[in-house]
Amino acid sequence: MRAYLSVWKLRFINGMQYRTAAVAGIATQLFFGLIFIMVYVAFYGQGSSHTNFPLPDLVSYVWLQQIFLSFIMLWFRDNEIFALITGGNIAYELCRPCGLYPFWFAKLVGQRLSSAVLRCFPILIIVFFLPQPYRLSPPPSPAAFALFVLALLIGLVLVVSVSMLIYISVFWTLSPTGSTLMISVAGEFFAGMVIPVPLMPVWLQRVSDFLPFRWSADFPFRVYSGQIPASDALWGIAAQLAWIAVVVGFGQWSMRRALRQVVVQGG
Amino acid sequence: MITLQGIGKSFKVARRAAGLRQAAKSLFVREHTVVEALRDITFQVGEGEIVGYIGPNGAGKSTSIKVMSGILVPDAGTCSIMGFTPWKERTAYVRNIGVVFGQRSQLWWDVPVLDSFQLLRDIYKIPAAEYAGQLALLTETLELGSLLQTPVRQLSLGQRMRCEIAASLLHSPRVLFLDEPTIGLDAVSKQAVRQFIRTINREKGVTVILTTHDMSDIEALASRILLIGKGTLLYDGTLSQLRGRFGSHRTVTAHYSENARPPEIPGAQTISWSPERAVFSVDTGQLPIADVLARLSGQVELLDVEIEAKPVEELIIELYKEHRI
Repeated sequence: MRAYLSVWKLRFINGMQYRTAAVAGIATQLFFGLIFIMVYVAFYGQGSSHTNFPLPDLVSYVWLQQIFLSFIMLWFRDNEIFALITGGNIAYELCRPCGLYPFWFAKLVGQRLSSAVLRCFPILIIVFFLPQPYRLSPPPSPAAFALFVLALLIGLVLVVSVSMLIYISVFWTLSPTGSTLMISVAGEFFAGMVIPVPLMPVWLQRVSDFLPFRWSADFPFRVYSGQIPASDALWGIAAQLAWIAVVVGFGQWSMRRALRQVVVQGG
Repeated sequence: MITLQGIGKSFKVARRAAGLRQAAKSLFVREHTVVEALRDITFQVGEGEIVGYIGPNGAGKSTSIKVMSGILVPDAGTCSIMGFTPWKERTAYVRNIGVVFGQRSQLWWDVPVLDSFQLLRDIYKIPAAEYAGQLALLTETLELGSLLQTPVRQLSLGQRMRCEIAASLLHSPRVLFLDEPTIGLDAVSKQAVRQFIRTINREKGVTVILTTHDMSDIEALASRILLIGKGTLLYDGTLSQLRGRFGSHRTVTAHYSENARPPEIPGAQTISWSPERAVFSVDTGQLPIADVLARLSGQVELLDVEIEAKPVEELIIELYKEHRI
């Protein structure tokens, strides 16, 4: 366990070094957040009433997406791991007395966390002081906030376990481009990153309910605004945990298979 | 300590000729050839030995190291190292070994070396006191003092390699596999690395298996060599045995004050000659060195004489020739 904590810590420290990237990220995310909200303000202004998803909820939804981008984005990738597999440096990882799956898992969580920590606070402060309707409103109750934090963190674990599948697939494909693209395009759509899930047609919402992606992004953000009430949120967390069990189980199984036939590339 | 019995491993290698037509063809039909990287490799290494593992490029050295370090599963044969089968009990086994792949890096690129070391300490669950002791020892013998706080990307190759070797020894392994540890290093760094390998071998009894293309590594370190070519083990024995097998030959280089005529020594072969310098090849079985010197000093005014055994490189080339690899 100590080893995994330690690699998490090192990845975290490593990520904290990249200040300029963080500043650039903050600017980008503020820009995109504002643009998205402008579009939706215009859309809601056309009189189309979305009583089940009022504008303030949508605004928090968009801001939270931007703030926690590195928690939920599937394309957020660790090129080092890809390089390990395709370049053969994985040889060293395999000489370590610990499981490769949890080791990489901890690395990836550390990377996403460091990136989020660097970015989220400045954006949070700024968006709390923006003029209406762009301002991020606080959660309706402490319970909603607590559930949001819990759901977000479990969601992070879920995102990482899905992204592990991308890394494992590289053992066979030797190129991360295809699998990243496929999983991230589908994943981001069904996570509500393109159109918020509540604004999708009902049948698409049903589809996304049966996929893991919504549970890592869309779900915690709606818990935040109270759009998903506390009692439903607990069920949602159960669904998250179930998905984690399935995806992690599948990931570990396929990793074992991959390692059995692994060819360490290069001399 | 280490026993390999009939280890074999083959790879499927995709193959096609260059060109658009061939590339298009390979969309439908893939041609593979099976390359036997290792064929029936059998040897034993005792505790505390330093074994030089040599062979031309592509002979199977790195593949054997990968098999022995549990990374690669062989197709045939058995391997027992300290009672473990490396690829079956990987996690338990690798705790006892250290591996250095000269062409790869195990240190984190963007953070100081010490951070990588601390990660390794946690991975190997090294007790704090033992870690401190081992780190102090490694810092001293490999002269790492000033390097530990530097990010890896700012180290030179020689400095990095010393850190890599230290990283592989933090957990006091009993067996150390070194895959080309001196590749790309300058003479001083090579010397430091060799000195260090000798020290840990002598003082800690670490068994070392070393692959290299640099024969002076072998000469400086390994009393025993394993020669592998095209996946087959060709020679297993000491360096001096190998010398004895090929080499009663000595090269004698004589420097003398200017002399118009080349010195003549019956029984010795003149390799090169100039008015100040001559090089002879002598078979000491036929012609004792003393005779050569006596004849030389009779004909010219000798200034300096160098007598060299055949360099190991040449012995190895002769072995390659003998086995046609």
